[in-house]
Amino acid sequence: MPLLEIENLHARVAGPGGRQILKGLDLVINAGEVHAIMGPNGSGKSTLAQVLAGRETYEVTEGRVRLDGKDLLDMDPEERCREGVFLAFQYPVEIPGVSTSYFLKAALNAVRKHRGLEELDAMDFLRLVKEKMKLLEMDASFMNRAVNEGFSGGEKKRNEVFQLAVLEPRLAILDETDSGLDIDALRIVAGGVNALRSAERSMLVVTHYQRLLNYIVPDFVHVLMDGRIVKSGNKSLALELEAQGYAGVEAAAV
Amino acid sequence: MTQLAEDNLEQFLDQARQTRGAAWLRPWRQAALERLAATGLPDTHQEEWRFTNINPIVRTRFVRPSSYSIEAAALADYTLDVGTEIVLVNGHWCRPLSRKEDGLLGVEIASLAQALEQRRPALLRHLEQVQAQHDGPFADLNAASFEDGVWIHLAPGTQLRRPIHLLICSRAEDGRAVITHPRIVVVAEEGSSAQIIETYAPAGGDYFTNTVVEVSLGCEARLEHSKMQQEALTAYHIGGTRVTVGKGAHYVSNSASLGSALTRNDLNVSLAGETASASLHGLTLIGGRQHVDNHTLLEHAQPGCPSLELYKAVLADRASGVFKGKILVRPGAQKTDSKQTSRTLLLSDDATMNAMPALEIYADDVKCTHGSTTGPLDEEQVFYLRSRGLHLDAARHVLTYAFAADVTGRIRTEPVRRRLEEIMAAQHGLPRDLRIAQG
Repeated sequence: MPLLEIENLHARVAGPGGRQILKGLDLVINAGEVHAIMGPNGSGKSTLAQVLAGRETYEVTEGRVRLDGKDLLDMDPEERCREGVFLAFQYPVEIPGVSTSYFLKAALNAVRKHRGLEELDAMDFLRLVKEKMKLLEMDASFMNRAVNEGFSGGEKKRNEVFQLAVLEPRLAILDETDSGLDIDALRIVAGGVNALRSAERSMLVVTHYQRLLNYIVPDFVHVLMDGRIVKSGNKSLALELEAQGYAGVEAAAV
Repeated sequence: MTQLAEDNLEQFLDQARQTRGAAWLRPWRQAALERLAATGLPDTHQEEWRFTNINPIVRTRFVRPSSYSIEAAALADYTLDVGTEIVLVNGHWCRPLSRKEDGLLGVEIASLAQALEQRRPALLRHLEQVQAQHDGPFADLNAASFEDGVWIHLAPGTQLRRPIHLLICSRAEDGRAVITHPRIVVVAEEGSSAQIIETYAPAGGDYFTNTVVEVSLGCEARLEHSKMQQEALTAYHIGGTRVTVGKGAHYVSNSASLGSALTRNDLNVSLAGETASASLHGLTLIGGRQHVDNHTLLEHAQPGCPSLELYKAVLADRASGVFKGKILVRPGAQKTDSKQTSRTLLLSDDATMNAMPALEIYADDVKCTHGSTTGPLDEEQVFYLRSRGLHLDAARHVLTYAFAADVTGRIRTEPVRRRLEEIMAAQHGLPRDLRIAQG
């Protein structure tokens, strides 16, 4: 059953003279599937991730995106989150003065309310958070720090996956979650992601390198070039890319 | 000056001539009156008043108040959880509403009129020290016109555990706008420490508060001095605060501007003894067509003095703000370490800010930095919060609150910090017990 359906998606940088980045992208992700999107720099990987999350710096010029049959492009970013779309940012944003615990509780309760669940009180929230922190081997002091402020690159990425674990979306989009991670951090982060795999939850893993896919093994791999998917396959496509480079795949695809 | 301003000045001078009070003060008042008559009221042609137009004040005919009492209920929103709370109504000490904490030792808290009548020695010493200071036309107007206020004296070594709250309220009389001239004098002797809060509050109708506060800290004294300006939105507020910080003493100012149609604060702090230090925190939260002008002067007169200044403003609607922060390093004030920051958040395209740092440095071994930013909310931060399910409005509120909480988080006078955070939370439609900020 398709969870996400992307049809002929065109998007450009918003504003006058904005560059066209996505040029007719099609993709269907069924519930429970993990899809990886790979591609060279500038191919549109991060744009796709941001467009799906509702970033207003991009303008969709053509095409449709449906989440569970609903028009995703018609929703505000907060509505998409509440409907179950989660973007783990490539560059998580620092928010000085706002504590992680306040931020996360506000987010979780916004999502729960939308799903018709009761808001969590402080005790239940703490219990939940502790459990999820264990998953990502995080220190308790983390909750009192301002959101991402002064975090190392690795801590920020871990925080993204931690939020993913707390909010339990139906579609998780991981935008270059591996960049800036050393091998130990990568193992922890990937372990967290793998623990969240389920028959109901789908994932879209955007990455530049095959390395991440050794840890998060995808069901499908797609190659994105110049704003379109030029090749799709199973996990062995990632290895092929590693061997031949994007140029080789491009030559074969044309 | 315009004809209107001339007329208004004439009226102020006439009113000042009828001021009652200790006879021995008359020459001093007369001198202030003559200075005011000579300088006149400021206008926007003067550098220090370039961005603050006092026309709304000049256009209004203010009367001197004749009654100084009020129902306690009128102040319910402004009282604080402290031991000592002194209420001034239209510039006069209101005995029925004022209360002092039991068992206070080493501190004198009295009506200024009474202390002047009684010629309290510490007050006389103080007046002698400051008599040469002239802080401009409105301070002169206050000097010529004040009838009462508060006198606080901390004997050497006195450590006050709970804050002293001065609740200064004004109200119109028979539908006519009044002008009030409260005056507060604080002398903290060697090694004493205290927290003093001024709250300016409305008690009905239109008015103009023209207040002057003088503070003197002896060696090693410590004072956290908070000002909550919560005047009526139709009121005017001009406040001059002059502080002298002695050797090794530490002065903290928390100045919050929330109310009043037009506000001008002049905060002049002189680090007059070696290793004296000061932290000046300012927070302006206004909207509508409110205008707040904060002028600060930090004078480093002696070597080895650190100072830190953080002024933040949140301007909504058509509000306008001014910050002029001058740091003056006198010759010989070596090893000065001074940091000034001013940040303004504009919540609307129609809000405006003029921020001007001004450094005057006459010593060569000093560290002075300043930074100033003005702009809207960071769109990336807004998007990040929205992508986690927070509604657009909620995201903006949270970020605005956090911006201001950077200042309130530095306030150590608990009732002030709490009150400000409650006000901020209420402004942003957030629950009152909210702790967005870390820590």
